[in-house]
Formats: sequence, structure tokens, C-alpha cells
Amino acid sequence: MKKLILSTALAAMMAISPALAETPIPGGNMIVTYKDDVATLDPAIGYDWQNWSMIKSVFDGLMDYEPGTTVLRPGLAESYTISDDGLTYTFKLRPGVKFHNGREMVAEDVVYSINRVVNPATQSPGQGFFGMIEGFDASAADGSALSGVSAPDASTVVFKLSRPDATFLHVMALNFSYVVPKEVVEAEGADFGKKPVGTGAFSLTEWTLGQRLVFTKNPDYWIAGVPYLDSFTVEVGQEPVVALLRAQNGEVDIPGDGIPPAKFTEVMGDPAQAANVVEGGQLHTGYITMNVTAAPFDKVEVRRAVNMAINKDRIVQVINGRAVPATQPLPPSMPGYTKDYAGYAYDIDAAKALLAGAGYPDGFETELYVMNTDPNPRIAQAIQQDLKAIGITANIRSLAQANVIEAGGAGTAPMIWSGGMAWIADFPDPSNFYGPILGCGGAVEGGWNWSKYCNADLDALAAKADSTVDPARADERLKLWSDVYMGVMEDAPWAPVFNEQRFTLKSPRMGGADALYVDPVSIPVNYDYVYIKE
Amino acid sequence: MLAYILRRLVMSALILLGVSFITFVLLYVLPADPVRQIAGRSATPETVESIRRQLGLDQPFIVQYGRYLWNLLQGDLGRSYLQKTEVAVLISARLPATLLLMLAAIVCELVIGLTLGVIAALYRGRALDNVLMLSSFVTVSAPQFVVALLLLYVFAVQLGWFPIGGYGTFAHLVLPALTLGILGSGWYARIMRSSMLDVLRADFIRTARAKGLGRGRIILGHAVPNAILPVIAMIGIDIGIFMSGIVVVESVFGWPGIGQLAWQAIQRVDIPIIMGVTLVSAFAIVIGNLIADLISPLIDPRIKLR
Repeated sequence: MKKLILSTALAAMMAISPALAETPIPGGNMIVTYKDDVATLDPAIGYDWQNWSMIKSVFDGLMDYEPGTTVLRPGLAESYTISDDGLTYTFKLRPGVKFHNGREMVAEDVVYSINRVVNPATQSPGQGFFGMIEGFDASAADGSALSGVSAPDASTVVFKLSRPDATFLHVMALNFSYVVPKEVVEAEGADFGKKPVGTGAFSLTEWTLGQRLVFTKNPDYWIAGVPYLDSFTVEVGQEPVVALLRAQNGEVDIPGDGIPPAKFTEVMGDPAQAANVVEGGQLHTGYITMNVTAAPFDKVEVRRAVNMAINKDRIVQVINGRAVPATQPLPPSMPGYTKDYAGYAYDIDAAKALLAGAGYPDGFETELYVMNTDPNPRIAQAIQQDLKAIGITANIRSLAQANVIEAGGAGTAPMIWSGGMAWIADFPDPSNFYGPILGCGGAVEGGWNWSKYCNADLDALAAKADSTVDPARADERLKLWSDVYMGVMEDAPWAPVFNEQRFTLKSPRMGGADALYVDPVSIPVNYDYVYIKE
Repeated sequence: MLAYILRRLVMSALILLGVSFITFVLLYVLPADPVRQIAGRSATPETVESIRRQLGLDQPFIVQYGRYLWNLLQGDLGRSYLQKTEVAVLISARLPATLLLMLAAIVCELVIGLTLGVIAALYRGRALDNVLMLSSFVTVSAPQFVVALLLLYVFAVQLGWFPIGGYGTFAHLVLPALTLGILGSGWYARIMRSSMLDVLRADFIRTARAKGLGRGRIILGHAVPNAILPVIAMIGIDIGIFMSGIVVVESVFGWPGIGQLAWQAIQRVDIPIIMGVTLVSAFAIVIGNLIADLISPLIDPRIKLR
């Protein structure tokens, strides 16, 4: 038996709901600023938070998210079915979708696009996300066609997986899976990232290097009435402080780099300006890793004591309240977050008692690695003071990002503050916070699991969760993931410290639900759904 | 003369070779691994190795440097790792903006610096002279970032006379050019002052005065044109100072020149761009110095080139 999961009609109904509050007004040009020039708009290559959302507006994938949420919905696929063993996904394409050059998008384009990302010649940073597709290892090594993806007819794409993987639909919504037209990619070669052609709500109509990019509404977009803006202009080369001044002057709608830290208190302290700021969660957690393979952090009591010693509220104050204290590895806006878990309470006496019980009544001396850009060294100093209170002397080693990552991967750092390096989820699924940073697979030389923590039972539980592919059993899967992270907290290889919040400053004329301005997958905003009120 | 130019050109080429070598070494020993940057954090070790091989970064240093030089000789500055674009394209797209800013800034520097220098010389040893020389010292030492933001805040944000950063019209050009002009004017004021003092003591000024010429005509007609010559020769040397100044000023004012390109590339550790901008800047400095040396004998016949 095969299950038909979501129909277009249902998806369309769900898409309308957030916009019901106000009727969107079409037209107008929105101005967004950035400090850096946009690196590339090639969906196989672009992997920074600046180009990520622009690529989302120029291209589409088989799957997509409800605007402003982490809820999956079909995109270029009209519907899909999953086989009972969870190994075969069959996508039915939406008919009549056209690329910006006027050619109709067909199933072969999807096959080409997926193969392109996996081909090592493309040098895509997203290649690793496709490991569950059958034939990945061979294709990733020599660039031959993937055996696991095929197009039986012009409107059907079939994926065969080598293992059941509940994150597969999220992977199909990642930018790396977005559909590109073969003939344009081959004609432009390496310049495709500067002259992108997709099926998205906007097409790129101007790119003046170092100055601006103009994205113009695609009148034939397959979602009727979307986008609302006629165009949006991205002005680059604008320092965040200058962008803020221009926004205050009414010249800029969205400063893409956000409110500069030095100006944050000032802006939030002014009610008139604070009214234009939208606050939302981020799929981010900042944490302290403790290397469980070496003394003294090989003892779980010591790691729990560290968890109890950290005054998270005070660290949040160090960064002017731009975060919320964390209780667990997952951030609150991530599905699978355990709401009724309070985490380790701040309790110096209990922490001291645990240390004494573990054989360190007088504490010990250790090293705390930290990336050397503000505010991370200041946060490390706060951690240092907290540890001092229970007798641990942590010497701060403030180094360049690459050196900290190197030490973390090599397992030579007893403690690391993750700020500036890890971890922001690539897609809104709890599995994204486990494998590389807490699972056994990441606890290798050069891996991102800096605690070198490896719990085979939790790995098995995680594998079980990710083989629960039936969307009807999604809650059951999230419960399993919640159990995994509660198990992690029991072993305490990390001390989770805070979850960064997002603060988007918008001009008063911008309309649309607040959720669109802190969209979990589109930073700074969801360009397709925001609009200008006047 | 021709032999001198040839010798200088050969030396210039050697200097550029040295600059390329030193920059390449510095970027080579940098802890940032461009391959990991390209491959992303989800990459397997095999992917990382494959990209390293494709880019030739698994080769020994001397092979990498040799290949870079060989491409450079053919006018190929390489491709940016992150932007996947020809470095030459990125630089040439931004060069006109930098040249325009440089030209405008030199005009500002000269107008401000020479005027102050002449005034200071005329009021030598008096209060005004001291004030001007002190202020020239302040402008030379002031951080570019502070001056740029101050001008931006006062004249663009508060008074609204100029746009808040950007590029395109004459109004956009004024503040960045003025920032560089004010900062560079101190040198010129000091040189102009001492040059003026020398000239004012010269015999021909005494002759002019003895002829009964008016003070204004002596200063503007005889003293300034003669005092200005050594200052003009400074401009070529000044290009080096400019190249460091534009990085900050272009960033603050959102001026799309190569200084801003360099700053962004440094923050992203985009090595081919850093190499390219460094070489282009070094080239400009070497050429600037060469021109300064070549025009010196035209200005002052006592200087002989050998």
C-alpha cells in the first residue's frame, strides 16, 4: 500500500492562513542592505545566511516550508508518496512550472540538479546532505550518475534510498536540492552563480558588483499572487552602523546585517524604534563542550557540576539580552524541544558537592578555548568567573576560529565555548543537532563533536527515530528525539548556555505577519511574502 | 635617461615579485583552510581531499607559488574560492570607483594642505602657525574610521547635506574624498610650510620685494609656484598611504572600490582576492613612485637621474 501524503489544495489552504490577518498589497520596491557583496546565487554553492534566503526566492525545490514556520509543504512537487519500507519516494511534479527563461521545468531537471550537487566537480558544500540516496558513495567519488534518482516520465521523479531517513523531505527543501536548468548551467559554467535562472518568485535582473542586486517579480510564478513586492534591491557594501543610520532616516527597509551590537541597547531603549523590531527564535544553541575522553571531564559528576556552576542569566546580560538561557541542546523553536525540562539549576553548593564527590574537593586547573572575536572572549571571562566560584581554574585560550575548530576536532581542547562557530541548524529538524556534534560519527579526528562524546545507546535511539519516516508518526519520532537529548543531558557532555534570538529591524511601511521577519529558514526575511503597506 | 627608466622598470618588477612571494607565504601559513571553507561543515574527509586536489592545494608550496606566477604572467589572477568569480573581473569592476575617489581625495588634500601650509609659513612662529601645525599633526594621527564616521554623522545624518554613504553622484563623492583629504592634508601642510620658508628666504624674493612688488603678488606669483614643486613630487609617494586609507574609508562610506573588496575578502579569508588586491595596490605604488622620480628632474633641474 502506498500513501498519498499532502495534496496541493491542502497546502494552498495552509499557505493562506498566516496572511489572513491583513490583506497583502502588491507592488513597491523594498531596500535591503548588507556589508558584504553577495558571494554567489548558485543553489549548489551558496551556503551563508546572506545568500541563503535570496536563493530561496530565485529557485524552488521539490519541498518547501510554510512561510514563517518550520512546517514542510510540497513545493515544485504537487504530491509525493513514500513506500512502506521508507526507501522509495515518488514525487509528482506540478504541471506548467516555467524557468525564468520560459522553458518548462521537467523531471529530468530535478535529476540533473541532484546529480550536479553530488558530483565532486561541483565542489558543493551541501554534498554530504545527500548520503542517504542510493549510489551516493560511488557518485560522490567519481561524479557518475546517482543510481538512486530517476525520472520515469516528464512529471515524475523517483528517489531510492539506501536507508530509511525521516530527514529526507527536509533535505529536499534545502537550497542544495533546488532545481536548475541544465542548458543555462552548462552555458554559463562557473558564472551561473552570478547569472542565476530558476523557477522562483523573483528573478535576478541586475547585479552591479560591489553595489547592488535587483530582484524582480516573476509574473508567471506558480503560486498565484505571490510575490507581493514588484522588486527588492539588495545594496551591498554598507557597514551595519551606517545601514542603521540610513534605516532611521527612512532610506532602508531592512538592514540585513541586523542591529549592530554597539547600538542594540540604544535602539531597544527607544520605544519608537523598538516598535519596528521583530524578535524571534533562532535554530541556534551556544554551549560549552567538555572532552569526555580525558580527566577530569571523564567523570560525569564533574560535567554536571559545570552545568550547575554556569550563571546563564548573567551571560545573557553580557550580550545585552540578545539570547535566552538554554536548558538543553535543542533550541526552543526546534521541533522535538522538551518544553517541561528545566535543565540543570544554577546551584554553586550542589556543584561543589558533586566535585568533591568526584574526587576534586579543591577543584582543578583546565583550559577553555574560545574564538577571539567579540563577544566571545567576554563570554569566556564570565564562564571563567563562574567556574572559579566552584574552585575550577579555567585558563582562557582565545584563538582564531580555525585554530579553535582544529583543536576541537583533534580533541586536544578540554573545554570549548562554541560561540561564533557552532551550532546553527541547516534545517528545522532535531536530527540536525545530533549526528555531527553529539553522535559517535562526529567524535572522530577533525569532527565537530568536540566533546568526543559517544553513547552507542543514544546513537541507536537516534537511528530508530530517523527510520520512523511515516509522517503520520511524526510525533512519535519527535518523542524519540526528545529522549535522545534528555539522555545527552544526563551524561552532560555539554553545558548548554543560551539560544541566540533574532532581532530584525524593519521600516514602518513594511507589512506582513511578524513571523515572516524572523522566518526560521529565511534570514533576514521571507522575501516572497512580505509587502509594503502604502 | 632611457637606461635609468629600464633599470627602474626591472627593479619594479623585482619588487612586485617580492611582494607576491611575501603575500603568498603569509596567506599560505594562515591557519584558515580554504578547502574546509568551500566544502562546508557537513563535508566528509573524502570530499575535502577531492576539492583540495581539484584546486591543486595538495601540492607543495613552491609548486603552488610557481603555478600562481605562471598564471599571473598570462594576466590570470585566479578565481575567488567563495565567489567563484575571476579575481580580475572583481577588481576591474571596482577599480574606476577607487580611481575616482583617489583623484578627488588628492584634489582635497592639495587644496587644504597647500592653503594651510602657505598660511602657516606666512605667520611663522606666531600663534596661528602653531595652531595650524598642531592641527596638521592631529589630522595625520587621527584614526580614519573615527574621522569618517564623524563627518558622516554630522554632515549626512544631522545636517542632511550629503547622502549617508553610497556611490553614483557627485554628492556621494564629497564626504569620502574630504575624509581622505583632511587626513592626508597634514603632510602637505608641513611640507608646503617648510618649502615656503625656504623660498621666502631666497634671493629672488628679496629681488621681487626690492622691485617694489606688492605682498600679494610676491606670494602668489613668485613664492607659491616655486614652493609647490617639491610638493607635487610627493603625490606619487602618497599613493601608498592612499591604498591603506581607502580600505577603511571605502568600507565606512559604502564606496564600491577595491579597498572595500580587500576588507571583505580579508574577513572571509578569500585568499585569491587578497592576493589580487595586494598585487594591484603594490603595482600602483611602484608606478606612483616611478612617476614621482621621473618628474623630479623636470621640476627641479638640479636633480639628475642616473
